[in-house]
Amino acid sequence: MPTETFDSLIHDFNSISVKDRLNLLLEFSENLPALPERYSEHPDLLERVEECQSPIYLFVEVNSGVVNLFFTAPAEAPTTRGFASILHAAMDGLTVEETLAVDDDFPSKIGLSEAVSPLRIRGMRGMLARIKRQVREKQ
Amino acid sequence: MSIEFDTDAKIAEYAHPEVLVTTEWLSDNLGRPGIVIVESDEDVLLYEVGHIPGAVKIDWHTDLNDPVLRDYVSDEAFAELLSSKGISRDTTVIIYGDKSNWWASYALWVFKLYGHPDVRLLDGGRDKWIAEGRELTKDQPKPERAEYPVTKRDDRTLRAFRDDVLDHFGNPMIDVRSPEEYSGERTHMPAYPEEGALRGGHIPTAASVPWAKAVGVDGAYKTRKELEEVYLDGAGLKAGDNVIAYCRIGERSSHTWFALNYLLGFENVRNYDGSWTEWGSLVGVPIAKGSEPGLAPRVS
Repeated sequence: MPTETFDSLIHDFNSISVKDRLNLLLEFSENLPALPERYSEHPDLLERVEECQSPIYLFVEVNSGVVNLFFTAPAEAPTTRGFASILHAAMDGLTVEETLAVDDDFPSKIGLSEAVSPLRIRGMRGMLARIKRQVREKQ
Repeated sequence: MSIEFDTDAKIAEYAHPEVLVTTEWLSDNLGRPGIVIVESDEDVLLYEVGHIPGAVKIDWHTDLNDPVLRDYVSDEAFAELLSSKGISRDTTVIIYGDKSNWWASYALWVFKLYGHPDVRLLDGGRDKWIAEGRELTKDQPKPERAEYPVTKRDDRTLRAFRDDVLDHFGNPMIDVRSPEEYSGERTHMPAYPEEGALRGGHIPTAASVPWAKAVGVDGAYKTRKELEEVYLDGAGLKAGDNVIAYCRIGERSSHTWFALNYLLGFENVRNYDGSWTEWGSLVGVPIAKGSEPGLAPRVS
């Protein structure tokens, strides 16, 4: 099951100052789960998110209708790691139907456009789109 | 009180040794009154992860760009920003950042549009500082507010607009993007997001000199002699030339502008910050495709 809901994330980010939103994003960044061995030893299995300015790779597993997400991004790319970690917290463990129903506009609703600029938010949209595409291919 | 220059041998060779400092110099001058260190990165959270002790953060996007207009912030907003960071007109500002100082040199260029007298770049930037195992901290300073005067930005001397570029044919231009962007195979950097240019290619007659040709493996600028090989022998620039540099949104070309202006001493170099995201979407302007510079349009 996801550890966060989209509604609570939208609420949490929007109820704090712009500066605190950056700190919260940093917390997410620090908590991005490490890759399990089966992926850390097989980087070729991961898909690069081209929309992000920093190298980030993701992989989606679909087992019995449940979606699990795996991401990796370097420590020097904390913003990108933060985006990945937010999506992981809200989406890891959703069903296929729930994943495909996630609001494509979610990245614009957590108040980060002001804090990090809309240009950078585009990378998060790219991750979401790629997650959904992989789920469609694998369901 | 003025802060003396770095007398490092490599830096002393440059045309303007007063605008660049080594990591060693900065390390020796940490905490010195009269100096404010500024970090300016592509990644908006890197400063929070750890920065040079005492450094404040200025973000190219959220601090230096106007949130509505595609332009820099107003003269008043710039003065307020610097005041809030504890910078006054006579402060020595040392700027550094990630990615070999792309955004740091962009920030330095904006400081120079406002005529800030003493602003210097940390050679090699954040990566070199970290690679040398130097100190980082997460402590964010709370600078005592300074009074930065509202100063009129000079958009003529160091900055070029699209009409300036149209009037510039016959003079040299440097395109600092990747070869794929120059030829028109793609409109954005490899592995970077599409930022919305409608056409690929380059401004006719511009020479292709990717920004990275100005730096060595440690991300620091090459020596003056090596830079002369790149820009004089390689790209054919001559002393006294009037040069415009551009890239995609003006950040990588700030890095090249810095090298031409301060390290090689060209006195007439402008950065076209509209760059390819503007030129590649303008109706009716000339564009060349492929790896050759192409011909200047005929003036009717």
